[in-house]
Amino acid sequence: MSAVQITKPLVEVRDVHKSFDQLEVLKGIDLDIMPGEVVVILGPSGSGKSTLLRCINHLEAVHRGFIAVDGEQIGYRIQNNRLEKLSPNGIARQRRKIGMVFQQFNLYPHMTVLQNIIEAPVGIHGESRKEATRNALQLLERVGLSEKAHSYPRQLSGGQQQRVAIARALAIKPKLMLFDEPTSALDPELVGEVLATMRDLARQGLTMIVVTHEISFAREAADRVVFMDDGKIVEMGKPDDVIGNPQHSRTKAFLARFL
Amino acid sequence: MKANNVTSASPDGDASFRDVATAHVPFRLGRLLLWAVILIVTVDFTWIVARNENFGWPVVAQYFFDPTVISGLYVSLGLTVVAMTLGTIIGLALAIARMSDDRLASSFAALFIWFFRGTPLLVQLIFWYNLSTLFPQLSLAVPFGPTLASWDTNSVITPMTAAIVGLALNEAAYMAEIIRGGLLSVDRGQTETAEAFGMTRARALWRIIIPQAMRSIVPPTGNQLISMIKATSLVSVIAMADLLYSVQSIYNRTFEIIPMLLVAVIWYLLITSILNVGQSYIEAYYGRGERRNGAEAKPTDTGAAVEEPSH
Repeated sequence: MSAVQITKPLVEVRDVHKSFDQLEVLKGIDLDIMPGEVVVILGPSGSGKSTLLRCINHLEAVHRGFIAVDGEQIGYRIQNNRLEKLSPNGIARQRRKIGMVFQQFNLYPHMTVLQNIIEAPVGIHGESRKEATRNALQLLERVGLSEKAHSYPRQLSGGQQQRVAIARALAIKPKLMLFDEPTSALDPELVGEVLATMRDLARQGLTMIVVTHEISFAREAADRVVFMDDGKIVEMGKPDDVIGNPQHSRTKAFLARFL
Repeated sequence: MKANNVTSASPDGDASFRDVATAHVPFRLGRLLLWAVILIVTVDFTWIVARNENFGWPVVAQYFFDPTVISGLYVSLGLTVVAMTLGTIIGLALAIARMSDDRLASSFAALFIWFFRGTPLLVQLIFWYNLSTLFPQLSLAVPFGPTLASWDTNSVITPMTAAIVGLALNEAAYMAEIIRGGLLSVDRGQTETAEAFGMTRARALWRIIIPQAMRSIVPPTGNQLISMIKATSLVSVIAMADLLYSVQSIYNRTFEIIPMLLVAVIWYLLITSILNVGQSYIEAYYGRGERRNGAEAKPTDTGAAVEEPSH
């Protein structure tokens, strides 16, 4: 379902600041993402887009402002009218509805493809092994890798590994999927298969935040494009507007390099 | 081949002749001579040792399965297993403490490792054995408060407990560093992925990090285990009846010093050989994700046959 009802945003990012030592990488980000929306974040290297993504599931802590996913403030809770830091296990619990796909795939190398996929459903979400396996095989079919269920990650090409990583993230039935430059570590001829899988997911109404350099993916699959530069959101809107008719000079300069 | 018409750097000959599959290995005289020399020296040395009556081979054979020797062997093996197990568990805890963000935990672990690696094991063993001179009574008490239970140190610290505590704590210090090295060798992205999937730290460590760290933990641990078996011979100084102590007790009676030491040497060699075999199996198990299976030369999208990786 595409969600243009009067719903609350799934992700709320409010005045988020983040520094590494002296270097401020996020300088006040505000962003709402509605359920079912596909948002692509574009921007030059060092613009803070990956950091923003990693803040959303608290792999990085923000220093000012807040981020909430599905109504829960990430990394914190309100106790006796005071804001309190969550324990590591409390944060772990919040992350369980967020799937993430990494630039370097990060499959568990000591497990087979199937074991990789059922690890979280069985170990964390308490699904039965039988049910998780059935679900995993369906997901593998969806990403076109049924015959690789019993291979080890090292026996797969980069593109295949990334598709397994996507299946692994989907196996936890996430409310939100985060993609951190999912095609940047791939050989050019393998990028297409991963993007095709992601386009498929976008069509099925999954809420997705994608950090990428693939302008064509943004144009075809995104509901909204966010252009970041120097720790701020410079411009955002429909892909046809931001990519087709950029208003800001920095957006124009960035896009010019891809034409 | 076009190159044949042009001046080329490659040697002459037609293509079939130059196929490397038809190549011969030239005869290497130097290597043959070296082999011959080494073989002759080895066989001659074996012959000399076997015929030398001072080695007392009949005595070796006579005492090899002597009940005293066998019970000493069991003590050495038992001590090794218990001390190594405790040492590994304590070592794991120390390694985690050493890597923790908590300054107190990591300083404590560093202090422990510094002390137990920095003093000779023999001295530590004698210290534990003589603990009663430092603390005549061992008691369980609330700090600065009432005593709950109390024991005479000499009844708690037998040669057995002194040996176990001494060996285990010393081993823990070494294992802590080995395990820490192993944990550090695992790609940081793996921890991050486990976190992103909402695993607790304990689960991430147990399911994701430790299995991958095992690849670099197992080989040095095999070394430690072999060192440990030999280190148990040190406990003979605190009157613990291990393998060395039991052969000593026999040669103190019969004065067959060399043959009895040979009995011990052969037993030590036998045990370490068995451990070497065990270690290679364990290494193969933890390396299972590393192998590219032979059947799959170059992975492709279009339905390569399903190969079942052997476990």
